[in-house]
Amino acid sequence: MNVLIYLVPMALLLGLIGLLGFMWTLKSGQYDDLDGAAVRILPDDDIEA
Amino acid sequence: MAEALDLSRFVERSENGNAHMTLAVEGVGCAGCIRKIETGLKKLAGVVDARLNFTQHRLAVEWRDAEIDAARIIETLKTLGYGAYPFAPELVEADEMRQAQWLLKCLAVAGFAAMNVMLLSISVWSGNVSDMTRETRDLFHWLSALIALPAAAYAGQPFFQSAWRVLRARQLNMDVPITVGVVLALGLSIYETATHAIHAYFDSAIMLLFFLLCGRYLDQAMRRKTRQFASNVASLKAEFAHRFSTEGELVRVPVSTLQSGDRILVRPGETVPADGIIIGGFSEIDQSLITGETVPRAVDAGAMVYAGSINYSGALSVEVTAAGTGTLVDEVERLLARVTLAKSDTVRLADRAARLYAPVVHATAALTAIGWLMAGASIHDAIVTAVAVLIITCPCAIALAIPAVQVVASGRLFRSGVILNSGDTIERLAEVDTVVFDKTGTLTLPEGVVEVGAIDPDLLERAARLALSSHHPLATALTKWARKRLPYPEAVEEAGRGVSALIDGEEARLGSASFCGLADQALAVPAHEGEASTICFGHAGRFARIPVRQRLRPDAVAVVNALAACGLNLVVLSGDRMAAVQAVAKRLSIRQWRAKLTPAEKIAAIESLKLQGHRVLMIGDGLNDAPALATASVSLSPITATHLAQARADALFVGDRLQPVLNAVLVSQQAKSLMRQNLALAVVYNALAVPIAVAGLVTPLIAAVAMSGSSLLVTLNALRARFGQAKAPSLSSDVSSSAAKAFKEMHGFDADCAVPPAVAADSRFERVLRA
Repeated sequence: MNVLIYLVPMALLLGLIGLLGFMWTLKSGQYDDLDGAAVRILPDDDIEA
Repeated sequence: MAEALDLSRFVERSENGNAHMTLAVEGVGCAGCIRKIETGLKKLAGVVDARLNFTQHRLAVEWRDAEIDAARIIETLKTLGYGAYPFAPELVEADEMRQAQWLLKCLAVAGFAAMNVMLLSISVWSGNVSDMTRETRDLFHWLSALIALPAAAYAGQPFFQSAWRVLRARQLNMDVPITVGVVLALGLSIYETATHAIHAYFDSAIMLLFFLLCGRYLDQAMRRKTRQFASNVASLKAEFAHRFSTEGELVRVPVSTLQSGDRILVRPGETVPADGIIIGGFSEIDQSLITGETVPRAVDAGAMVYAGSINYSGALSVEVTAAGTGTLVDEVERLLARVTLAKSDTVRLADRAARLYAPVVHATAALTAIGWLMAGASIHDAIVTAVAVLIITCPCAIALAIPAVQVVASGRLFRSGVILNSGDTIERLAEVDTVVFDKTGTLTLPEGVVEVGAIDPDLLERAARLALSSHHPLATALTKWARKRLPYPEAVEEAGRGVSALIDGEEARLGSASFCGLADQALAVPAHEGEASTICFGHAGRFARIPVRQRLRPDAVAVVNALAACGLNLVVLSGDRMAAVQAVAKRLSIRQWRAKLTPAEKIAAIESLKLQGHRVLMIGDGLNDAPALATASVSLSPITATHLAQARADALFVGDRLQPVLNAVLVSQQAKSLMRQNLALAVVYNALAVPIAVAGLVTPLIAAVAMSGSSLLVTLNALRARFGQAKAPSLSSDVSSSAAKAFKEMHGFDADCAVPPAVAADSRFERVLRA
């Protein structure tokens, strides 16, 4: 069972990274325009004709 | 009319010399729009950044102040095909935005903690029935504590703060038992962990917080969406005023920037933008929006005019007076202040439940502890059992029961064109037994409608095309009949009289009777015959008298009949003349009506209805309705209503039809019964769970299963509010068409677009209702 000593902290760390990631997305305003993000991928203006 | 546009109030300047402005944009509908607007603006020299928020229909622009100005940007958007209006976000909205972000953060933390604690708890539960050592179990419990304690301290703040606020005010709400439950569960768990017990309740506490935060966030999101939509509509409706600068030149300024003492010009056909005193010119003004009176009033220098009146004939110079000095507006404000004070008599269902629930739960827990002590249990065991009772009865399902239904029902109302201002509107709408209508602008459409009757279509077409060159409100109603939307070249408008142009080489005139050379006949038929106003047209020796009538909303008869069929008591209270109100009441077969009411009399009428024990729904749109809207138990306004009326209404409805009113009542009644069912479900769950807890048989596993199960059940039941009911079967098809329209309007912000009366749909609707 000694494997728990590092497995549990690792699991927690991974979860914490996910949580911090979410906080970052929230802070950087990625949920401000949910519908816009969906349509903004449609135009191909980054491709040179 | 090359007037300068002054937008300085809306522009924010940052330190690096860049200016920033937010605009509400109308007409945005697809991905192409984003690109068109953003690249179109960025091409302008001086524009640093332009970003369109597609969800909110708002555009943020940043530019270098020295190179370009705000008016130019709006001008550019116009040439791109989008109307844009400067937008000053309300403080409330910014507040709610922050609140939403905070709730979302709490939700994320609670979710993270709940997942990880559950991971550990499930290991413990399975370990308890197999070969887990005591040391491993203790480690897992301590780890749970490590996660759950900080997480609960952070994510529980919304509840702790609210509970503390009401406790200080010596009251109770749902948050009090939640807080007590969570704190006790955590405290007990620490004690149990320290004494190497088999069970700890960290998972229950944190899961409870997670579920409750879900409900709270959804509830808040609904209100935020409504507010965003409403404030967009408000800025799109905002008009510009013509202000005389100190040098006597005319400057175009947004109405919201007008200050007392400013001198403004109001041209014929324009809406008076602010209250003031006329200092020059004479004209007729239509105050129907304010008093409900449809006959224009003649005014000249020295007379007061009020915001929202329509200037009919002559140009007026007006000096703006400070808000509240006008007799009428002053009166309305005074009445409002009084009424609003008296309005805290409705208690929300959730709070009523909380008031009953909290003492019962706490008493049960206390009795459990005392009972076990008397039965000879140790103090520790007695307390553990009492806390288990508290945890298992923690109002998870009860707290979700009402918000879940509110969210689903308000979503459905939103799709059918009703925008709620507050969450408890649904509860109050459901209890309504009397509906009071205002007439002008509520039962009737805000704009006049031409009665074509026997007028020669050829003549009508010419009149309508000529009307395209006029600013007069009556002429505007006539333009809808123009098949070719092409104004005649060189049409000349004479302020206050009419327009004239050469058609096929002969002069045509549209306007007052005397203007068209009909003076003699006009004497025989007064301009305001019955409820109609008249506009005259003359061309090549032929004349037509075209009545412009206030017309009922296209589905008014059907909706009023349906409301009566629901057993609601219907009343019309109007500020308009006897004859006009009587005619409308008769057509709608409403037996109770009163005319020529002042705002105070409207309040008195509603209050006497309330005294008789009726719950009154008031539907009105005018400034004179605002106090009545606030007096009624619940109120609705069309989106075209005056700002003051909108601010007082509990909900707004979109479009030309009255159908949303019926939808609002029906959906609310259904939602209310679902709320009751949900509360009942929660109570039944407690009735089953409490004896188990009192008997001391609750393990954390049972608590977790019971809690999630009841929450799921309640949420699923709430989802039924999405679907219609058997009461009005034809409603489904009707709702879908009006929903489509509402959607179009919401995305295009075209609330005033004219829609042909859906005659077929209406008659079918009536038939089904009668059957």
